[in-house]
Amino acid sequence: MHPPSHAPRRDRRLVSGPAAVRWLLISVALAFLGFFLVVPLVAVFTYALQKGVGAYFAAILEPEAWSAIRLTLLAAAIAVPLNLVFGLAAAWLISRFRFPGRDVLLTLIDLPFSVSPVIAGLIFVLLFGRQGWLGPWLAEHDIHIIFAVPGIVLATVFVTFPFVVREVLPIMQAQGHDEEEAALSLGASGWRTFLHVTLPKVKWGVLYGVLLCNARAMGEFGAVSVVSGHVRGVTNTLPLHAEILYNEYNLAGAFAVASLLTVLALVTLAVKKYVEWKAEAP
Amino acid sequence: MHSSARRRVLPGFGLTLGLSWSYLGLIVLLPLSGLFLKTFSLSWAQFWDTVASPRVLAAYRLSFGAAFLAALLNAVFGLLVAWVLVRYRFPGKALVDALVDLPFALPTAVAGLTLTTLYSRNGWYGQHLEALGFQVAFTPVGIVIALTFIGLPFVVRTVQPVLEDIEADVEEAAATLGATPWQVFTRVLFPSVMPALLSGFTLAFARAIGEYGSVVFISGNMPMKTEIAPLLIITRLEQYDYAGATAIAGVMLAASFALLLAVNLLQRWTQRRFETRPGTG
Amino acid sequence: MSVIVEQLTKRFTAGGTPAVSDVSFHAPSAAITTLLGPSGAGKSTLLRLIAGLELPDSGSVRIEGVECTHLPVQKRGIGVVFQSYALFKHMTVRQNIAFGLETRKLPRGEIEARVDEMLKLVQLEELGKRYPGQLSGGQRQRVAFARALAIRPKLLLLDEPFGALDSRVRIELREWLQSLHEQTGVTTLLVTHDQEEALEISQHVVVLSDGRVAQAGPPEEIYDRPATPFVASFVGGTSILRGRVRSGRAEVGTLVVAAPQSAREGEAVQAFVRPHDIKLARPANGSNELTTSRVERLKSVGGYVKVLLKLPSGETVTVEVPRAEFEDLGVVEGDHVHADVRMAQVFLGDFAI
Repeated sequence: MHPPSHAPRRDRRLVSGPAAVRWLLISVALAFLGFFLVVPLVAVFTYALQKGVGAYFAAILEPEAWSAIRLTLLAAAIAVPLNLVFGLAAAWLISRFRFPGRDVLLTLIDLPFSVSPVIAGLIFVLLFGRQGWLGPWLAEHDIHIIFAVPGIVLATVFVTFPFVVREVLPIMQAQGHDEEEAALSLGASGWRTFLHVTLPKVKWGVLYGVLLCNARAMGEFGAVSVVSGHVRGVTNTLPLHAEILYNEYNLAGAFAVASLLTVLALVTLAVKKYVEWKAEAP
Repeated sequence: MHSSARRRVLPGFGLTLGLSWSYLGLIVLLPLSGLFLKTFSLSWAQFWDTVASPRVLAAYRLSFGAAFLAALLNAVFGLLVAWVLVRYRFPGKALVDALVDLPFALPTAVAGLTLTTLYSRNGWYGQHLEALGFQVAFTPVGIVIALTFIGLPFVVRTVQPVLEDIEADVEEAAATLGATPWQVFTRVLFPSVMPALLSGFTLAFARAIGEYGSVVFISGNMPMKTEIAPLLIITRLEQYDYAGATAIAGVMLAASFALLLAVNLLQRWTQRRFETRPGTG
Repeated sequence: MSVIVEQLTKRFTAGGTPAVSDVSFHAPSAAITTLLGPSGAGKSTLLRLIAGLELPDSGSVRIEGVECTHLPVQKRGIGVVFQSYALFKHMTVRQNIAFGLETRKLPRGEIEARVDEMLKLVQLEELGKRYPGQLSGGQRQRVAFARALAIRPKLLLLDEPFGALDSRVRIELREWLQSLHEQTGVTTLLVTHDQEEALEISQHVVVLSDGRVAQAGPPEEIYDRPATPFVASFVGGTSILRGRVRSGRAEVGTLVVAAPQSAREGEAVQAFVRPHDIKLARPANGSNELTTSRVERLKSVGGYVKVLLKLPSGETVTVEVPRAEFEDLGVVEGDHVHADVRMAQVFLGDFAI
C-alpha cells in the first residue's frame, strides 16, 4: 500500500545521513563511471579522427570497409525481423499461458545470453563445418555455410535471439490480460486483438528490443569470428574488419570503423531513454 | 489453476507454441545437440587429456579467476552506482543512467580495441601507469579491467529496481526504533538488496567467463599466462581439432548452465520469501 | 500532560500555504488522543513533526516534559506504527520486534524475553518464526504494534494504522487497540480521517482542518457541541437547516433559540441537526400540509430506518428512527408527519449560538 497522493513529501535527509557522505558517494560513483565508460567513449572518436576528417571518411568508404558494412547490414536485416517475430510469439505465449515446459522454454531462451560467443560459433561449425555432422553432405552439394555468408547470418541469429523477448515479456506480464479480454468480449478476432490492442501497448518495449537486437547483431564479434573465414571483402563484418585494420597497425582506420558502431550504440541508448521517458508520462 | 480455460479464451496458443518451439529447436537445440553429441563421441581419455593439459588448465584458471574478480569489482561499484542513481539527485543524472547501458550496447570488439589502446604503453592511461611501474595491457590485470567494463550494467540494472522498491516508511520505521543511518543501511537496506546483488554478480560472472571480443586484444594471448579459454577453443578449431575444441567448450558450457540454474533458483527463493501473499485482509 | 505542542508551523513550499499552521494542543498522559480531519488537513504532517521525521519551521514539541523540537528521531523515545506496516521483509517476526532492542544494545536474554512478552501481548505467539510475507494484513499490523511497543516508548504514534485493511478487520483491530491500550497505558496519538474510529476509542480529540485546530476536547463535546460548522458537518452525520433571526430569536423549523445581541434582524442562521435528534409523530388532527412534513423516501438499514423528509420550508432532512419506534409510527412513503427538532447546533455565520 502506498500512502495517498496528498501525503507530505518525505525529507529523507533526516534518516539517510549527512550531506557530506552523500556527495562523497556521488563523486566516487561518477569518477568510477567516468574512468570506465566516458573516457573510452571519448577515446574512440579521438583516435578515429587522429589523422583528420579526410582520412576518417577514406577509411569508412574504401571498398573492403564498404563490403563489411553491407555484410553487417545483411546479417542484421535477416536476424532482426526473424527474432522480432519469434520474440513477439514467445512473449505472448509465456505471458498469457501456463503449460508444461514453460520454465524450460524460458531457460532455453536465456541460453545465448550465458553462453560464450565463441561456443555459439563453435556449435555451428560442429554442425556445418567440413568435419561436422552435415559437412560431407554439404560438400557434396557444394553448399557453403561455414566460412561463408550463411554461417555468419546463422550465428548472428543465434546470438541475438533473446533480446526482443527479454524486453517485451516483462512488459506484457506487468500489463495483464484485461484489455485483451475486453477486446475479445467485444467480438474482436485474435489477430485484431493482437495487432490493435496488445502491440500498441508494448510498442516502446518492442522498439527498444529491436534496437538492442540490432546493435548486438551488427556488433557481434566472437561468434562471427569463429564461423567466418576472415576473408577480406567477402566474409568480414564491421567488427572483424576493425580487427584486421588494428592488426595492421592502422589505428585510425580501425577506430574509424569502430566509431560507426559506437554511434549506433549511442543511438540505441538515446532511444532507450526516450522510451523510458515516454513510458513514464502517460 | 485455470490454465486450460485460459488456453481457450485467449487465442493464439497453438500458433505461438508451435512457432516458439520450432524456432528454438532449429536455432538453439539442433546446434547445441550437435555439440553434445560430439562431446559424447569423445572417449573419456580423450576428453580428460585435453581438459587436464597444463595449457588448458591455465586458461581455465585465468578465465574463471579474472571473471570472478571482475564480477566482484562490479558488485561493489555496481551497488554504489545503483545507490547513487536511485537515492540522490544531481545534475546530469539522466545522462549517467543512460550511459550505464553502454557496455551492453557497444560491440565487444570496439570495447576491446579501445581499452587496449588506452592501457597500452603509449595510451592515455597506460603512459601514467607505466610511469608508476604498473603494466596493464597484456597482463591479467588488463583482462580483469576489460571484464569489469563488460559486466558493469548487470549488477546496476539488477539492483536498481530493488532499491527503488524499498519504501521510505521502512527506513523511517528503523530510525524511530533508534537506528543510525549506518545501521539503517547495514541492517535494513543492504540485506534487502543482497539477493539482487547476488543475482547481478552471478550474471556478470557468467558473462565474463565466456567473454572473447573485449578481452582478446588486451590480453596478449601468451599461452600459460594470458591466454583465455575461448581463444584456446578457436586455436583448436583452426587446427581442425574439433574434438579438442569441443572438450574445452564442454566444461565451459557446463559452468554456464550451472550458473544460469543458480540465478533462477536464487530468484525463485527470493520471491517465495520476500514477496507478499496477495489479497488478504 | 504528556505531549505539549505549541504553535507548530510547517511549510513544504516556500511562500505557499503551510501544511500545519500555528497548531497547539495538549495530549493527556496515558490516554488515546486522536488527530482527526479530512485528507489534506495536515494531521499526518503534524504526527511526523512530533515524531521527528520532519522539522518544523517554528513552534515546539515537548514529550513528557522533555523539549524535543530539535532532537533527532532516534532519540525521542517514541514508537511509530505506519499505515503500510513498514515491516522489515527480510527479517522474521521475532527479528522485527527485536530490532529496536538490538539498537539499544540490550543483553540477548532480555531481548528474547521482551520479544516473547510482546508476542503474547499482540496474540501472535505461534508466528514468531514467520516472515511478513506469510502473514495477513491484520497480523502484519499487530507485528508493527509489537515492534513499536517493545522499546517501551513514552509515546505511541499511529498513522492511520488501519487504513489499509478490510472494514471487518478494521473494526476488530479497533477493539483490539482499545484493550491493548488498557493493558499498556501508553500515551497514544492516533491519526485518522475516520470519525467513527475517533469517537469510539479516544479520550481526547483534536479536529484539524487546513492545517489548523478547529476544536479540541473529549469526544462527547466534539459531537454534542461542535464549535464550528466544519466540525459539526465532519463529525457525525448531519443535515443542515436554514432559518432567520426574527425578533431577537433564531427560528429553525420547530426549534427556537435566543439570538445574541449582535445578531441583526433577518440574518441567516444555520442549524446542524443529527439524524436522531428529530422526533417524528403522527400529525395532530387539523394540521394541514403546510405545517407538516412529507415522507419522500424510506430505507431500512440494519436496526434503523432512514427517512428522507421534506419540511414545510422545502428543505430535506434525513432522520434516523429506531426500527421498533418506526413500526409504532406506521407511516409509508407519501404520508405526512410532524417533525420536531429536538436538538441542533445553531450557527450564526461561523459562530455557535
